[in-house]
Amino acid sequence: MRLNARKKEYIAKAMIWGAAMSVMIVLVAIILYILIRGLPVLSFSFLTQNPYNMGRSGGIASTIVGTIYITVVALLIAVPFGIGTAFYLAEYTRDSIITRIIRFSAESLAGIPSIIYGLFGYIFFVIYLGMGWSILAGGLTLAFMILPTIIRTSEEAIRAVPQIYRESSFSLGATKWQTIIKTVFPSAIQGIVNGVILSVGRCIAETAAVIFTAGSVLSMPTSIFDSTRTMAVHFFILASEGVSMQNAFGTAALLIILIFIINVGVNSLVNRFISKNQKR
Amino acid sequence: MRKFKENLPGYIFLLLALSSISALALITGFIVVRGAPIITDVGLKEFVFGMSWAPSLGEYGIFPMIIGTVSVALGAGLIGVPIGICCSIFLSEFAPPVITTIFRPAIQLLAGIPSVVYGFWGLIFIVPFIRDYLGGPGLSILAASIILAIMILPTVISISEVSLLALPKQYKEGALALGLTHWQTIRFVMLPAAKSGIVAAVILGIGRAIGETMAVIMIVGNAVAMPESILDPVRTLTTNIGIEMGYATGVHQEALFATGIVLFIVIMILNATAQYITRKKSKK
Repeated sequence: MRLNARKKEYIAKAMIWGAAMSVMIVLVAIILYILIRGLPVLSFSFLTQNPYNMGRSGGIASTIVGTIYITVVALLIAVPFGIGTAFYLAEYTRDSIITRIIRFSAESLAGIPSIIYGLFGYIFFVIYLGMGWSILAGGLTLAFMILPTIIRTSEEAIRAVPQIYRESSFSLGATKWQTIIKTVFPSAIQGIVNGVILSVGRCIAETAAVIFTAGSVLSMPTSIFDSTRTMAVHFFILASEGVSMQNAFGTAALLIILIFIINVGVNSLVNRFISKNQKR
Repeated sequence: MRKFKENLPGYIFLLLALSSISALALITGFIVVRGAPIITDVGLKEFVFGMSWAPSLGEYGIFPMIIGTVSVALGAGLIGVPIGICCSIFLSEFAPPVITTIFRPAIQLLAGIPSVVYGFWGLIFIVPFIRDYLGGPGLSILAASIILAIMILPTVISISEVSLLALPKQYKEGALALGLTHWQTIRFVMLPAAKSGIVAAVILGIGRAIGETMAVIMIVGNAVAMPESILDPVRTLTTNIGIEMGYATGVHQEALFATGIVLFIVIMILNATAQYITRKKSKK
């Protein structure tokens, strides 16, 4: 049977809609399933109690604290380096061999699997620099991992600042540095914050890079030199070793809720940014 | 002095930029230094094409894992790429604005969900389904391919969508004006014109599938053996590292780093290819 153009159009449309809708259904199925099984577990005491008995009972307080510590360490390192690199790429240089090398490295870093970061963090921070399994080693490893995200989003945000802003600032007699700090940076800040928030999401969700650098000790960390277990690692261990399905679901539900909040936050920021710019 | 003060930020930014990129050199250096000795000891050919992985006997051959990685990534590509490209066409051509405002953030959310959650979901839904209806242990190439296909969707969709949206409007308008239907326009004008972007999207997506670890550990079975069908369990390069890193010491650990080198090289080749394709396109 030969299909005429109209029939083909109909079939193609149906396939494309079908593909899109099935992706949505899978996404909803994953989220709903985790939430339905996990939300009943989430309670005030689950969030504030330390895990007991390898996580079989008690809550997940220490893993929440560990996740926060590691994320903060990663951001403290990656944010200044990432934004500095972005400013260098966007404001201080034209296309040259150096920028090409920087871009190539940043894009390559973005594609390196997290397990490679884990191997590197283990051999460099844990062994070579003698940090042992610790929040510090885990955080530094994650800093390497989120660096490309921060560079890319910040550079895009800086480049999106209209050229006329810079020219006006220069024409008022401002120096380059004054222009950057007083004009470009404030205009780009929302885009930069966006990238940082996305990176927080990556830190929270990461498992492979953290498990070999921060370890999996369950007790409450007291300093950044302690080993810790992040929520994602805790979930992985609970689920894959079948320690406690109930607590695994609770942890997963919290992870999903956090990622959801982060994504909604980023999107509302983007929308505010767009509507602000359109008004001008 | 004033000139120096004015230039200072530039130097600081350059310094920050240079230390950022030294990250790549550091990672490459440390992994190669730790992993290379075992490859020279065992011999590159024996390491890459060796069929037996038995650290306790001093046998380090990763060929079954290479086959595992290739089959899982291929499966993910076969399932994920067509769906992903369909979704990007949907977003750039068919979706009504209301649906776009839901669909795009939903794809972002898909990218944000921790990989362990995908693995877990696969373990609970996909694995038993395969075991009950298709046979085999359930933990299999097929299960890992399905979960990885879902996980690479955000990469494939977002990059292909960008390259479709970046096409000049005249392409579409010209084709429609010549009397082509909407689908013919997409099929014969837009997709070929956006080819390089879509190819880059597919390469990066496959790269993600090759590099994923934790989700795959939970559903691929991890047996070191040559698979005979897609229902057999395999071990991939990443899961080999992920499983044994926890307790490996000495030479065994070096062999895991050597596995990392192989993985690293494959990923770097894919990355460089994708970057080359996109750059060549943007130069035109």
